[in-house]
Formats: sequence, structure tokens, C-alpha cells
Amino acid sequence: MAEINEIIKPENLVYAKSKVLTDNVMSYCPGCTHGVVHKLIAEVIEEMDIQEKTIGVCPVGCSVLAYNFLDIDWQQAAHGRAPAVATAVARLKPEKIVFAYQGDGDLASIGTAEIIHACNRGENMVVIFINNGIYGMTGGQMAPTTLEGMPTSTSPYGRDIKMTGHPLRITELIAQLPGTNFVTRQAAHTPASVRKCKKAIRKAFDNVAAKKGTSFIEVVSTCSSGWKLSPVKSNEWMVEHMFPFYKLGDLKDE
Amino acid sequence: MAKVKGAIKVDDEKCKGCSLCVVACPQKVISLAKEVNGKGYNYAYMANPDECTGCTNCAMVCPDSVITVYRLKSQVEA
Amino acid sequence: MAEYRLMKGNEVIAEAAIRFGCDGYFGYPITPQSEIMETLMLRKPWEETGMVVLQAESEVAAINMVYGGAACGKKVLTSSSSPGISLKQEGITYIAGAELPCVIVNVVRGGPGLGTIQPAQSDYFQAVKGGGHGDYRLIVLAPASVQEMNDFVGLGFDLAFKYRNPVMILSDGVIGQMMEKVQLGDFKPRWTDAEIIKMHGSWATTGKTPDRKHNIITSLELDSYRQEKFNHKLTAKYKTISENEVRFEEISCEDAEYLFIAYGSSSRICQKAIELARAKGIKVGLLRPITLFPYPTKKIQSMLSKLKGILAVEMSAGQMVEDVRLAVEGKVPVEHFGRFGGVIPTPNEVVQALEEQIIKRK
Repeated sequence: MAEINEIIKPENLVYAKSKVLTDNVMSYCPGCTHGVVHKLIAEVIEEMDIQEKTIGVCPVGCSVLAYNFLDIDWQQAAHGRAPAVATAVARLKPEKIVFAYQGDGDLASIGTAEIIHACNRGENMVVIFINNGIYGMTGGQMAPTTLEGMPTSTSPYGRDIKMTGHPLRITELIAQLPGTNFVTRQAAHTPASVRKCKKAIRKAFDNVAAKKGTSFIEVVSTCSSGWKLSPVKSNEWMVEHMFPFYKLGDLKDE
Repeated sequence: MAKVKGAIKVDDEKCKGCSLCVVACPQKVISLAKEVNGKGYNYAYMANPDECTGCTNCAMVCPDSVITVYRLKSQVEA
Repeated sequence: MAEYRLMKGNEVIAEAAIRFGCDGYFGYPITPQSEIMETLMLRKPWEETGMVVLQAESEVAAINMVYGGAACGKKVLTSSSSPGISLKQEGITYIAGAELPCVIVNVVRGGPGLGTIQPAQSDYFQAVKGGGHGDYRLIVLAPASVQEMNDFVGLGFDLAFKYRNPVMILSDGVIGQMMEKVQLGDFKPRWTDAEIIKMHGSWATTGKTPDRKHNIITSLELDSYRQEKFNHKLTAKYKTISENEVRFEEISCEDAEYLFIAYGSSSRICQKAIELARAKGIKVGLLRPITLFPYPTKKIQSMLSKLKGILAVEMSAGQMVEDVRLAVEGKVPVEHFGRFGGVIPTPNEVVQALEEQIIKRK
């Protein structure tokens, strides 16, 4: 143990929690991707030294409480409306860097109009889209992104596409819109994917700082509570089932 | 070859025992404790501290940002 | 020097917003109020004052843009007409719940549903009693002239920021579409960022600086006891508003034995009805509520001892009359007269209703 104490010294510090994260314990379930993505956003804000310039807009859903975890000014938007709220911030406070943070129910279902039109107008904002194929906060109901055959509390026998339509790859739609300049699909389940995801978030924030329009990052995520799997098994399930349908990589980078 | 020496510090009261760091560690340093914290979670700890290289992978994937990583710099250079 | 112009009610809303230093307008076309955004787009205030004007993809998006702008401490405005205002209700309750200031113009048309594009006053309940979910109130201003359309934009923003509460200008298709002479206000510069931080930096999302905690705009409270405490705070605010901000106009009330109570365009019809009735020897006056919330309840109560009856005249099937009855508490007869569905009552009809429903009443 003496040896460990020699290592754990300020001069040897190589990784610590971002100062842009608050000390509040995150309200998310164990292993939740929200926590990882929050951390990456905080690290990017810290690295770019834009804490004073950043305005976050958080959604309805599990991450409704994101404002408790990142030490920046926040607006909490009605369900699906974050892109409209963020539009006003981008227009009225062009000197700021605004990002909307949304889940898949929020962005791809109830807020479809708002996200499509904000991206089509090329609002100068970052959109972070957490896609875990399920409504987490309300207890694991089917989302527009739920995979075919995937059981949820409102599709207990698995999603029947004849009844409820196909899982929606909204990021592919977003990439078609001229207002977007950077559209990418990332994950955050391994050290390598976390590093890549952070690079994407950094690029998106850099783009907005350079007033390039909308940068859109989908993060294919897990919901271990909704999926009824352990966090580790959830990651395995995501790799096996989500990634073949939601293929990772840049869809657009102009 | 000089071995890189690292160590992690886990904020065990905030750890939720999700195990993502356990599987992310290439050196199999981390395990979940048999004991639980105030919230009832089996928190992560260094079960094999000698193997830690301070690579930061565990902290990278930690959703709750409860892992701080240290590394002996001189040995990194060696 | 005072500047006079002949303008439509809707057009003057746009002109007043620019002159009052409004930072942003977000809207969606709907008859009979589209001239508001059309006038703004023609005027290009972004070149003049820096005011942002944006046609949103829906009324829902527009009101949420208002939320985002108001949360930055900016003076933001939206307008619509009845069906569009229904769509905005979600955003309005969030704005009320997050205690954000803004001005919402409703140029009312007949309903329910898609209804008619003709004028009506059938959104009184929606404006005054809530509209969206939860315990909240809007400050509701009822203009009766193009001049008041102008004046209430400024008054609306003053009240909205004074109380951090949404203000609704409850107009109708008559006031929105008609042209009158209007004295325009002087140009006021938009607030600078420094002014906003000084006045509203304690709550607005102006960017977290090291000298303060981060500002969070939200209407969420998961703890019931804290939510109840917040509801008490709102209730206390509405009480303060009720004590301080009641506005009304009295016309020919000095010797009145009978009283019309009417707001907006109905009050103008009642003014002519007073002339006709007085020519017949009927001593009738008009109380015109200018604020519908807060309602001039105490004023009505103070007039009762001299009154033989009250006729509430409104272009609805009977909405404001309920607030009159709540004020009167059965002490004098109260009746309702209305034409609705886009039909505007004539002064003669109003006099006839007074005679038949109140004066000849047994």
C-alpha cells in the first residue's frame, strides 16, 4: 500500500473529473451512457474554456436533470422542443455556444418537427442525441428507434413493425439537410469509442464556435434498466443488435 | 523493461458498481468490492494494484466520473 | 414630436415591438393576425435595431423559441389566433412555470376547433383561467383600440419583467384588422447584454461566470413539498398582481342605474349602445375591464349599491359573465348578452338585450 500512496500524488495526476461537472451524484442508473456523454461534454467545455459561453438546453426524459450535473447555464425544454428553444438562444445570443441534449423519444418522436426544421435552418448549435431505443424515464416503453422484435413495456412481445412501423434512423434524415455540416453516429461503451466520441463532440463545438451551422451527434447508447440487462451485458447487446442497424461513423462532414 | 506504475482512486461513495471499468481495464486491475457503500452498491476498487499502468481507460468509461488516475511520470518516460 | 399614423391593429403590434426595443419575434401564420409577422418582415428590424424575426415551423416551435429567448432575459414576443394559441398552451404553461417574462398576442377568432376566421371573444376562459395545465395565471390585457394595441406592447413587457410572468394581449379580429389613428411611441434601444446581466443576471441564462452559481431555467420540481412551496410563491405573486395591476375604464357611470360590462371590441359597441339607451332615458354606463386578469372585481363590488342590473356583453356564449357573477355574489341581477361564431352584435341588439333581460325582468 505504501507504493500506491507514492503514486497517488498531485504531480502524478493523469485523469480527474472535469471541473465543469458539479459534485452532485448523477441521478442515472448504474452504467448509463448519459453519464459518459455528460462527462465528455464537460471535458470539451473545459478544454475549450467556454464555460461562460455555453448554454445547454436539456430535454424531458432521464436527462431532464442534466442541469444538475454540468456547471453551466441551462434551460430545460418541454418534451421534444429543445431545438426550438436552442434556436432562440442561437439567434438572440449569437456570441454564445448553445447545445441541445435530447433522447430518442424526445428528438425522434414528439420533437421530430423541431429537430428537422432547426437542422434545416442550419441553426448554429450542437445537437447531442442519445439513442438507446427506449423511453427510459417513463419505464422502458417503445421508442421510434426501438429495433424490430425488441421487447419493451409497450411492445411486450417485441416490436411488430406491421403495427408500429420501422425503427427510425433519424440521423440519416438529418444528414440530408443542407443546414447540417457535421452529422455523425458514435458510441461510448469502450475506451476507444469514448475517445472517438469526445473528438466528435469537440469537433461539433468547434464548428459552432466557427458558426458553421448545425452539428449533430448521435450516440448509440444503452438503457440497462429498460433493457433489463446488466450494464456490461447491455453493452454487449448494443454491439450485437444496435450497431448493425445504427451503423457507427460520420454521415456527413463538410 | 521498466514497468509503468499507475494507480486509481475511486470515490467509493459515489460509485454505482456498474462494472464498466472492470471490463474496460486491460490489466484486470479492478474488481467490485464485497462490501457495499452507503447506497448499497458494490463499489470498484483496485484488486490487483501492481498491474495498474495508469492508462485511464477505466476513468474514460466511468459514467459517474468517480475514478481519478495517477501515473508515475518518470517511469512512463523510461 | 409625437408621430401619428393610420394603421391596422395588427401592424401596430409589429411597429410597437420594434420601437419598444423588443429583441425577438417568433410566429407562425394564421388569420386574422398574419399582418404582425408580415409587417415585421417588411420592416426588417434586424437591420435597424438588431431585433430577430423568425417564422417558425409551428406555433409549438414559436412559443418554445419564446421560452428560449425569454430565458436569456430578452424581450420576446409571439402572436397567433385562437387555434394557434391552443397549440401554444404547452409552451405557455412551461413559461409560467419557469417564471419567464414574455408577451403573447391572441387576435381571437371564433371557435371551437377551426371555427371561423371572423372576430370573437371566446378565448376568455383559456386566457384568464389558465389554458394550459397546472396552477398558473397570465396577466391578460384587453385592448379596445389600435392605440391600445400599441400601448399594451410596452405595458405588457413592463409587467412581464416586473413580475417575471407571461402577459397575454387578448385582442380580437376586429381590433386586429381595423385601421385607426395611432400615436406611436418613441424609439427605445434594446437592452445591452450588460443591462440584461445587471437587471436579470440573477436568473437569466446569460452564461455562467465565476462570480455566480449557474442559472437554471426549469419548471421541474420532483419533490412535492418544494413544488407546493413554489405553487405558494406563484399564488402570492398572482395576489400581488391582483392588488396592484387592475386596470379598467368607466364610461357614463356617474349616474348609471344599469351597467354594461364589456372588454375589447364589445366595449366599443356598448359605447354606442349607451348613446342609444340614454336617448331613451335609460341611465346606463359601461365598465370596461382593461386587465382581464387581474379582474376588476373590487371595482364592480364598489358600484353595486347604485345599480339595478348588469349586462355582460361579450362575443362569446358566456365566459366573462362568470367573473361578473363571482364579483356580484347575487346582489344585483346579472345577465349575459353575446353574439358569437364570428357575428358581431349591433348596438341596437345590446340595448334591446338590456331592456328585455334586465330592465323588464320581474
